[in-house]
Amino acid sequence: MTDIFWLIPFVPALSTLILVLFGRKLPKKYVSVQACTAVLISFIIAVISFIGLLQTRPESGPCVKSLFSWIRVGSFSAELSFRFDPLSAVMVLVVTGVGFLIHVYSVGYMAQDKGYARYFTYLNLFMFAMLLLVLASNMVLMFVGWEGVGLCSYLLIGFWFEKPAAANAGKKAFIVNRIGDAGFILGILFIFAAVGSSEFTAIQAAAGSGVITPGLATLIAILLFVGAAGKSAQLPLYVWLPDAMEGPTPVSALIHAATMVTAGVYMVARMNFLYTLSGAASELVAIVGALTAVFAATMALAQNDIKRVLAYSTISQLGYMFIGCGVGAYAAGIFHLYTHAFFKSLLFLAAGSVIHALSGQQDMRKMGGLKKFLPWTYPAFLIGAVAIAGVPFLSGFFSKDAILAQAFGQGHYFVWGLGLAGAVLTAFYIFRLIFLTFHGKERLEPEARKHLHESPKVMTVPLAILAFFSVVAGYVGLPAVLGQKANVFANFLEPVIKPAGERHLMMSTEWRLILISVAVALLGIFIAYLFYLGHPKIPQALAARFPAIYRILYNKYYVDEIYDAAVVKPLVNGSKWIYNHFDLQVIDGTINGTAAATGFIGKALSALQTGFIKDYALFFLLGVAIFLGVLLF
Amino acid sequence: MMNFLFFFLAIICAGSVLAMIATKNQAYNALFLVLAFACLGGLFGMLGAPFMAVVQIIIYAGAIMILFIFVIMMINLGQGLSPEKKKWTIIFSVFLVLVLFAEIAFAAKSAFSSFKSPGAGSATSPTDLGRHLFTKYLYPFEITSILIIAALVGAIVLVKRREKE
Amino acid sequence: MIPASYFFILSLILFVLGIIAFFLKKDLITQFMAVEIMLNAANLAFLALGKSSGFLDAQVIVFFIMTVAAAEAAIGLAIILLIFRQKKSIKTEDLRSMKG
Repeated sequence: MTDIFWLIPFVPALSTLILVLFGRKLPKKYVSVQACTAVLISFIIAVISFIGLLQTRPESGPCVKSLFSWIRVGSFSAELSFRFDPLSAVMVLVVTGVGFLIHVYSVGYMAQDKGYARYFTYLNLFMFAMLLLVLASNMVLMFVGWEGVGLCSYLLIGFWFEKPAAANAGKKAFIVNRIGDAGFILGILFIFAAVGSSEFTAIQAAAGSGVITPGLATLIAILLFVGAAGKSAQLPLYVWLPDAMEGPTPVSALIHAATMVTAGVYMVARMNFLYTLSGAASELVAIVGALTAVFAATMALAQNDIKRVLAYSTISQLGYMFIGCGVGAYAAGIFHLYTHAFFKSLLFLAAGSVIHALSGQQDMRKMGGLKKFLPWTYPAFLIGAVAIAGVPFLSGFFSKDAILAQAFGQGHYFVWGLGLAGAVLTAFYIFRLIFLTFHGKERLEPEARKHLHESPKVMTVPLAILAFFSVVAGYVGLPAVLGQKANVFANFLEPVIKPAGERHLMMSTEWRLILISVAVALLGIFIAYLFYLGHPKIPQALAARFPAIYRILYNKYYVDEIYDAAVVKPLVNGSKWIYNHFDLQVIDGTINGTAAATGFIGKALSALQTGFIKDYALFFLLGVAIFLGVLLF
Repeated sequence: MMNFLFFFLAIICAGSVLAMIATKNQAYNALFLVLAFACLGGLFGMLGAPFMAVVQIIIYAGAIMILFIFVIMMINLGQGLSPEKKKWTIIFSVFLVLVLFAEIAFAAKSAFSSFKSPGAGSATSPTDLGRHLFTKYLYPFEITSILIIAALVGAIVLVKRREKE
Repeated sequence: MIPASYFFILSLILFVLGIIAFFLKKDLITQFMAVEIMLNAANLAFLALGKSSGFLDAQVIVFFIMTVAAAEAAIGLAIILLIFRQKKSIKTEDLRSMKG
């Protein structure tokens, strides 16, 4: 039953092709039906393949389907081949499932937009690229998908390209990604040099047999992580993600919450055998992840744009996933990826619903008291917020707790501490968002107030579905306190991700850790309540008391400005200088100089043509004399 | 006897060319040239080509020089022009001429020794010449006749005065 | 008998004299006459060669040279007439329109 899995990427690809060629001439209804159905079919095939996988699990190796040999140059070869194993099954299900819901949501959200067909073309193209990425069985094909999603990200962020902010954001995303990709490519090349192939099976074998030394593994792992940092918006390459909010909200939900940004985490998990070989690289991953988690959370505290808060939240949560991978708990990292896909896309879509209801308003200072007007959106939003805060019995709690428990258990106390701090901040900022948006006094603009309405069913039904999953999705990964077999998720992933020498915690320690996580989450919620509902004057008072800190947070630590001054401006000025001194003077000078020299020589020679016949005859004679001389002597 | 004839003709020939160079008057130049051609005709005859000798006199000394004299009369320049005075040109050309002389002399030197002297009295008859012309060299012969016609027509057309509009 | 080499030397002298005449004279007609001298010198050389090696072809060549020289003289003189009509002068110093 798994044999048909290789069709999964090609259904959206076919849809893209049709839409590219005929999209503008087709009626809107048809476009939406085709695009959504394509993803639905992919999802169904994914489910079927998954069921097949469940039945064939033990030890038959991953299901690899090779379509054809794509590159064969000397000793470098790459095939177009796909691989279906537990890890890719999880990713495919998430991508197609959440993707389908977001396609349906977009039908409602983008209904008035004149670039309707273009939007769905790009969205389907994105699905194709992302599915290529997760189903690839070698690094080269994965990189093709990697670049493809980067391209679609650029296209979709800059979807409203007439807005300069959107166009610039698209460019920024692509360029920053490219910087990461440089490291990624280097990593692939080193793998090739050491292993001779980029197939995952080959790399795994090489890692196991010692062909890849720990030193080499460290180098490769760090290079690949640079790529992951670019794609998954970790320090220092995260700056593109907040600006990416210029794109339509469903795009933010799909690409910058659930799927594309998680590609980095997926890649690290896929290469887990490399990272376990190199302790230094894993350490680096964990620390970068932890720092990002806290850093981004602090920036989310002071943002006023509802989507920006969620963007920084995404960066922060990605940091958690990398903490999981860094400490060796790859299964926990993927688990958080899976739950995060649900509640983060839920949060984004719900935010989109709010924005849609308010006719485009995104500033939280102009919201408030919307609880009564949005009976579907508000509960969905609330569920998402509770999930991300880590309140027990929702999915976020299980996944975040798994990561933190593993971090503590492996002895990374610093990382654990940072993760805990991040949890407080997470709970705080997300409930700050809820309180500012839905509770309290109404601060709406009169125009928006007049048109205030709940979103159509086509938008609220996906919200409900996602909310449902945000609650229940976590139950496949219950913590070990409830029994070893309770972690169905990790067991499922075992053939791919060997648990990395975990030290099993004592039951009591685990319970204590769970209690600390819960306490921390509730603390964050309480402080938010205090600040924004109980005594609304407190935030302003704090801002007044510590104006410098507030300014730094509000301006995102001035990172963008620092990058601009340190990197962008020197490059631009350097290019200008080179242009003026080298391009204009040397290169143009050579060409012009050649032309001038030719003209000069021509003029000089024409002085010989005096017009006198006698002079011509003289030259004639001279020529004859020379000629004869040469002949004779 | 032949030696004396040769030297006589040779000296007069070279002498009249030198005189031609020295004289300014164009008509005199032409006349000296006629003398030179006549001597050459004689020399041709000594070389056993009587037909060519006669042709030389008729064509060269006769027709061509008459043409020259006609044109000189038409372009009435009076006393004529003094020869070139510019130092640079004279020196350079004299130098080149000497070089050329040396080269040709050198080239011909090796050829000189291998030649036998001309046999006595073995003059070729026009019959033989005619036979050659009309068999082996028929093609160039016919072409040359076309050439002459072309020259004839060309000369007439060139000099024809345009009708004043 | 006169060795052929004497004729060659004479031919050479005449040729060189023709060149000198060409360079020393300033008017077109006389320069043209110098060209004729050179042609005749070549004729002489050919005939001497023919006599000494017994080829009859030398005379044929001379025949053709003469013919072509006659045609050339006709045309050349016609052109000189035309130049005189245009420029009212046949001094080579005045004929400079081909300069540059």
